[in-house]
Amino acid sequence: MRVTFTVNGRPQQADDVWEGESLLYVLRERLGLPGSKNACEQGECGSCTVRLDGVPVCACLVAAGQAEGREVVTVEGLAQYADARSRRTTQDTTATQDTTDTTDATTAADTTTATDATTATDTTAAATRQPPPLAPVQQAFIDTGAIQCGFCTPGLLIAADELLERTPDPSDADIREALSGNLCRCTGYEKILDAVRLAAARTTEAR
Amino acid sequence: MGPGRTPTPTKPRQGAATRGTIGESTPRPDGILKATGEFAYSSDLWHEDMLWGCTLRSPYAHAEIRSIDVGEALAMPGVHTVMTYADLPAETHYGLEVRDQPVLAAGRVRYHGEAVAIVAADHPETARRAAARIKVEYAELPLVTDEATATAPGAPVLHPGRTDRHAAHAPHPNIVHRQPIKRGDVAAARARADVVVRRDYEVGMQDQAFLGPESGLAVPAEDGGVDLYIATQWLHVDRDQLAPVLGLPADKVRLTLSGVGGAFGAREDLSMQAHACLLALRTGRPVKIVYNRYESFFGHVHRHPAKLAYEHGATRDGRLLYVQCRIVLDGGAYASSSPAVVGNAASLSIGPYTVDNVDIEALALYSNNPPCGAMRGFGAVQACFAYEAQMDAVAAELGLDPVEFRQRNAMEQGAVMPTGQRVDSPAPVAELLRRVKARPMPRPGGSADVRELPGGLSNTSHGEGVVRGVGYAVGIKNVGFSEGFDDYSTARVRLEVLGGEPVALVHTAMAEVGQGGVTVHTQIARTELGVAQVVLHPADTQVGSAGSTSASRQTYMTGGAIKHTCEAVREEVFRRGRERFGADHPGWADAELLLAGGKVVTEAGEVIGDLAEILGGDAIDIEKEFRHRPTQPFHPETGQGFGHVQYSFCAHRAVVDVDTELGLVKVVELAAAQDVGKALNPLSVVGQIQGGTTQGLGLAVMEEIVVSDGARVRNPSFTDYLIPTILDTPSIPVEVLELADDHAPYGLRGVGEAPTLSSTPAVVAAIRAATGLRLGRVPVRPEHLTDT
Repeated sequence: MRVTFTVNGRPQQADDVWEGESLLYVLRERLGLPGSKNACEQGECGSCTVRLDGVPVCACLVAAGQAEGREVVTVEGLAQYADARSRRTTQDTTATQDTTDTTDATTAADTTTATDATTATDTTAAATRQPPPLAPVQQAFIDTGAIQCGFCTPGLLIAADELLERTPDPSDADIREALSGNLCRCTGYEKILDAVRLAAARTTEAR
Repeated sequence: MGPGRTPTPTKPRQGAATRGTIGESTPRPDGILKATGEFAYSSDLWHEDMLWGCTLRSPYAHAEIRSIDVGEALAMPGVHTVMTYADLPAETHYGLEVRDQPVLAAGRVRYHGEAVAIVAADHPETARRAAARIKVEYAELPLVTDEATATAPGAPVLHPGRTDRHAAHAPHPNIVHRQPIKRGDVAAARARADVVVRRDYEVGMQDQAFLGPESGLAVPAEDGGVDLYIATQWLHVDRDQLAPVLGLPADKVRLTLSGVGGAFGAREDLSMQAHACLLALRTGRPVKIVYNRYESFFGHVHRHPAKLAYEHGATRDGRLLYVQCRIVLDGGAYASSSPAVVGNAASLSIGPYTVDNVDIEALALYSNNPPCGAMRGFGAVQACFAYEAQMDAVAAELGLDPVEFRQRNAMEQGAVMPTGQRVDSPAPVAELLRRVKARPMPRPGGSADVRELPGGLSNTSHGEGVVRGVGYAVGIKNVGFSEGFDDYSTARVRLEVLGGEPVALVHTAMAEVGQGGVTVHTQIARTELGVAQVVLHPADTQVGSAGSTSASRQTYMTGGAIKHTCEAVREEVFRRGRERFGADHPGWADAELLLAGGKVVTEAGEVIGDLAEILGGDAIDIEKEFRHRPTQPFHPETGQGFGHVQYSFCAHRAVVDVDTELGLVKVVELAAAQDVGKALNPLSVVGQIQGGTTQGLGLAVMEEIVVSDGARVRNPSFTDYLIPTILDTPSIPVEVLELADDHAPYGLRGVGEAPTLSSTPAVVAAIRAATGLRLGRVPVRPEHLTDT
C-alpha cells in the first residue's frame, strides 16, 4: 500500500508498504529517518517516541497506515518544531492566538524548511532565517551529561519537549511522571532530570 | 579541596594551558549527533541491495536434533538462502575463553534459544516467516539445571571430551572452573570466635538490558573478504573468533565499530556477527541483522545467577576472625567468560575487609540454563550481596552499628587480600562509609503526593503501612583483566599541521559503548600534545587491539595507550626541533620542554619553537602498545597470586520506604561515595556512578530473568523483565574522592563497575531495616515482604 503523511513539516510518501509495518519501520527503513529508535518494538521503552498530530506516541505501536494524512514530528525535526513554537509564543505576546495548537506549530516549521525541501533537515541555508540547530532540550541534554549511549535520547527528547510545551515549569514529580514511559539504562536518570530542569529554566528565562 | 586532590602546581604542567584537557567536564564529541538523531547505530545501517537476516532458535533447553528441513523456507519468494550447521564452511565453534559454542547447533541444542538456522531475505518479516517454516525434529534430553543435577551420578555431560585448560582441575566435567582460596587457619579461628553467623544467599539472573539491540551489517568485499559494521565491546576478539568460522585470514575480516546502544558486558560474546557474515558471503549481498527485544534476551549472555553459603566468625569486640564461603555460579550451556567470573567471585568474595583466615570456594556450572558471562560487576556483584548481608548480620549479633563494624574491619592501603596480594594503592573503605553516613538524611516520608510513596500513581497507599529503612554497603571490584592475562591496548597518534593549525588524529580500536571513552581520549590527547584540535578516527581493526570495553579498563588502558603514544609523539617533536633549531636557544639542550598552544615551551614558560615550523609539511605518526603491570594466575589449590591490577571501591547508603502490607518498595535516596583516583571527566564519572547504582537497584528489587518449566526463559520482554524507570529511581547524590593510584595513568582508577556492587546490598539492607525480614535472595519481590 501507499502511505502519504507529513514528517517534520514535509510531505512524505512511502510505497509498497506491507500492512503489518509500523510507523517506526517506515520512518527508519523507508524514509531514511532512523533517529527514532527500535529498542523494544513493543511499546515499553519509549525510544521510538514521536509526535503524531502533536500527541507523543510509540511509533512502534502505530501501524504505518494509521499515519495516513497526519503530521509526524521526529527527533530529526525537533529543533525546527521547537523553534517554530517559540517564535509563535513570542508572537503571541503581541497578538493573542491559541498557543496550544500544535498543528499550527508544524505548519510554521514547514515554512522555514520548505524553501529547500531537497536538502537534509539541518541544512536550511536557503531559508531567510537560520533556525537554531538544537532545541532547548537537546542543548540541555548535551550540557548536563544526560547522554551516554544515547539510544534512549531521541524518545526522551520528544517526550521532554512535549512536557515543557504544556508545563513550562515542571516539578520533579511532573518530570518523572512525564518521562516514566522512557527507559534509560545508562544514566540512572539524574542527569536527565537535570537536563529537563535546565531546559525549562533557559526557556522561561528567554521569554 | 578534598583529600587527595592534586595540589596546585608550582610550575606549568603539560596541557595546563589548553582548554578541554583532563579534569574538565568536556562535553561528549558525539553529543550533538546523538541529540539530533544523526548518530548511526548498528541498527540504523543501510546498504543498497541489502538483505535481512533472521535466526531460528531452539524451543527446547536440551534436545537432540534429529532432522532439519529447510525446503519450504527456501522456496518462499524473497528468501535468498537458509543455512544450518551442515552449511558452515570452516570452524564450527567459537567462544571467548573456550571455543565450545556452535555457530549453529551441531546436532544438539543445550539451551532454550540456541541458534539452529539462519535465513536471508529481502524483508525482515519475510525472513522471520521463512525461519518459522523451517522444520526441525527434536528429541528432548534430560536437563541439567543446578548443581545437584549437574553433578549427580549419571548426569548428562554437556561437553564430553573437554580439552580446555580448566578441565584438568575441574572436579566434574559439568563444572567449567573451580577456584579455591585458602589462607590462615579457619578451624582454629572458629574455635576462638565469640559470634558465628552462617547463612545462605541467592542472586537471580540479571540481564544487561542495553537499549540498542544486537545488530550489524556485513558487506561482502571484492577481495573475497567481508566488512562488518558492528556494535561490540572488543573488535579484535570478535575478528579472532570470526575469521576461523568464515575460513578467512584475519586481514580479510575487517570490522568497523558502529554506534553502540549500551553494552554492560552483553556484547563481549558474539551474537549475530558470524551469522551476518556467513549469510553475506553465501549470498554475495550485504546482510543486516537486527534482533528485536524478544530475541535479544536469547542473543546474549546474562549475569550468572548464584547460590552462596557464607560463614563469618568474629570476636566480641567486633573483629572478623574468619570467613568461609562457597559460591556456585550457574554458567549455563556454554563457557563464555565463566572461568574469569569464577576468579573474580573467589578473590573478591570476602569484600573490602581484612580477614586473616579464609576458606573460599567458587565454581561455575555447565547447565541447560541460558549461558551466562559478563555483566557489569563480573562475579563481584553476587559476592557483595552476600558478604554485606553477612556484615549486617554479624554486627546485629554483636550489637554494633553496621557502619562502625565495617569500619573496624575495613581494609586500608597495605592490607593483604585472601589471595596474598598486598593492596598497594589507596583503599579508603572506612572513609567512603563515613561520607555516605555523614550525608543529611532525606526528609521523612508521609508525603501528601502519592507519587512519592510506594506504589506511586497506582494510589495504593496514602502512607498507611509505610515504614522507612536505612541500609549501608561497600564493595570492592578489580580493574582490568586479571590472572596473568596479557592485557594491552594500542593507540596510533598522528600530529600534523593543517591550515596552519596543529591537529592530532587519534586512532584506536576502543569500543565506545556510551561510557564516554571518546571524550576522555580527546582530553588526554589535548593534555599531552597541547593542541586544541583533536580528531578521533573511527574505531576499526586497521589499528592494533584496544582490548575490551569492560572490566572498568578503557580509560586506564586505551587512555593509557593514548597518553603513552602522545608522549612518544611529543619526544619526536622535541627531537626534530633540537635537530633543526637546537642552536637557536639553550633551552633546547637543558630545559624541561612542554607543548602548549602549538608551541614548544620551556618549563619556565618561554616559547622556543613553533610546531608549524618544526613539522613543516611532515606528520609524526606513531602507533604504540600500552600494558598495565603484569599479574599472575591464582594457584589452582590455594588461590594465592598477584592476580589483579587495581582495586576500585564504592559505598552506598540506601533510604527506602516499604509498604509492609503490599510489599511495595520505594527507594527514596541512594547516596554513593567512590574513590576514582583521578576524575578525568567529572561529569562522566558521576554519570557512571549513577548509572551503575541504578542497575544495582534493579537487581535489588526488580530484575530477574525467570527460567523455569524445562529451563525455559519465561519473561523475554520489557513487559515482563522490568528495569528501573525514572519513577523507580531515586535521587542519587554522589561524592567523588580522588586518591591517586601511582601505578595508573594520571593516578586514575576504573570507575564503571564498583557502583553496581554495593547498591544492591544497601537497598536490601534498608528493606531489612524497615521490615525486620532476613531477605537472603535478590531481587526482593512483594511476596517476600508479605509472606504470600
